[in-house]
Amino acid sequence: MHIVVCTKLVPDPEAAFSMFKIDEQAKTVVPAPGLPWVMSPFDEQAVEAALRIREQQPGTRISVMTLGPETARNALKHGLAMGADDGVLLADAAFDDGDGYTTACVLAAAIRKLGSCDLVLTGRQAADWDAGVVGAGIAELLGVPVISFARDVRIDGGAVRVERVLDDGTEIVEASLPALVTVSNELGAARAPSLRETMRAARKPVVVWSAADLGVAPGDIGAAGARCVRERVFMPVKDNRCEMVEGASPEAQAAKLAQRLREAKVI
Amino acid sequence: MSGALVVVELAQGKPAAVSLELLGLARKVAGQTGGAVSALVFSGDPDIAAALIARGADQVFSVGDPAAAEYNSDTWLACAERAATMTAATLILAAHTTKGADLAPRLAFRLKSAVATGCVAVAADGGALRFTRACYGGNARETVSFKTLPAVATVRGGCGDAVPADPARRGEIIALDGAMPATRLRVVERRRESGEQVRLEDARVVVAGGRGLGGPEGFQVLRELAGALGGAVGASRVPCDLGWCPHSMQIGLTGKTVTPDLYIAVGISGASHHLAGCGGAKTIVAINTDPDAAIFRDARFGIVGDFQNIVPALAAEVRALLSRSP
Repeated sequence: MHIVVCTKLVPDPEAAFSMFKIDEQAKTVVPAPGLPWVMSPFDEQAVEAALRIREQQPGTRISVMTLGPETARNALKHGLAMGADDGVLLADAAFDDGDGYTTACVLAAAIRKLGSCDLVLTGRQAADWDAGVVGAGIAELLGVPVISFARDVRIDGGAVRVERVLDDGTEIVEASLPALVTVSNELGAARAPSLRETMRAARKPVVVWSAADLGVAPGDIGAAGARCVRERVFMPVKDNRCEMVEGASPEAQAAKLAQRLREAKVI
Repeated sequence: MSGALVVVELAQGKPAAVSLELLGLARKVAGQTGGAVSALVFSGDPDIAAALIARGADQVFSVGDPAAAEYNSDTWLACAERAATMTAATLILAAHTTKGADLAPRLAFRLKSAVATGCVAVAADGGALRFTRACYGGNARETVSFKTLPAVATVRGGCGDAVPADPARRGEIIALDGAMPATRLRVVERRRESGEQVRLEDARVVVAGGRGLGGPEGFQVLRELAGALGGAVGASRVPCDLGWCPHSMQIGLTGKTVTPDLYIAVGISGASHHLAGCGGAKTIVAINTDPDAAIFRDARFGIVGDFQNIVPALAAEVRALLSRSP
């Protein structure tokens, strides 16, 4: 059993947004210089799902993969310290300024090059742009079934059995391997790296592949391949006009609020 | 290529409110770009097709095979791909639900095009389609356009106005029959969480709880208030992750989008990712012990205090008020 987990390094999404600035000229969000970059939490949960599978299926190999500059190696380090076996860094200036389509093209090519992959896991969306497109895209490009929003992932013979989140409950869906599964926060917290695994992680192999190594067409990567054009990035406007309802007691406050809601014709 | 295609979802046997909003949005866009408005619905019921025509569809692709009635990503994808090819639509809209968010990215890749997910606005300026969506946990917005067609988008509730039903409108119903494609997915079991009286997405009043409730018992207090107002109970992500309530109650970036007339946020700090799911409510009321909670920046009315005292008192006031003059 070989699992590939696709991960992304993002500026810490738990940080207050005052640590971010919007650069309207460059049409992007700029994190403060000192802000830590972390593995996107949904991707961390995808690594966790892989580790839980390995606990049931000893001998499973877990590869963590990421696309990004040299600094993206930190996402791999984190995945390896959580317990993954090896890493794949996809780094090439030609990948810059891509979109969900080009990212999926590069990741799919790398998964093909690895060969032997039975299961691909990703987070349901990356915690920076919140798109949730790349996982489905990889599956379409590889021609494998995809199951999204997993809260539980198990391997049962040659199939993956997933409990997935619906708007009004859950369902259990099976697909034959190879397949791709996107993991949602309902899976539960990801384990923190132990000291022992962190020490071991430094010795685990990481390969670095460029566009040439993958043989991806120049028209499918970077700005040339992007199908999406970012026109503008901005902050939503808030019109701070909250009326605080005061009163001598909770009952008085409640009575006044009910009255104000009635005056506003809301109730 | 021209026109727009809407992938319709049904709720309790009728087109979901958000799907009717998307039809309205598609009509508005088609007014700018030209072309017809088509709807794809997974039901062979002629009344449903007629309802979609009355709400703005020029043609309805109706999939009558009962095997497709429940969402299956492979089946829905194949039908959507067929309808997209038949209409040559330049815009394909789906609701930003667990169905739409699953279907739309795959459909975009199938059609060799691109997708914008979780949109809060869709505009057609002289034919150029622009999509605005929430990102960075709801803290920022980006507006994107595409170099390829068709443009596929999932749209949050409350972003379009449904067209009033016009029974005189005429349209064509096209049955999409034939063998369903082989699906690679087997649904083994479905578990519905339908304890609530009112569907959260359709409720005119939503009372939602957060970490500040302190435990699952807090939701019982909220249910009392929601009952008095004829509304539904929702939650922010924390209580769902902590197991205080089912995740089907989650409102926010990775949960449901609700657009009620009245949204009462109780013990919710007001993180942007939560606001991404309820920011479209007409009136937000915040009840929180922390006067500096971010939720007060988005609220119309606020009360600083303990919900254990305020919420039951409010429920009593509301009951008294509605019994005097409903």
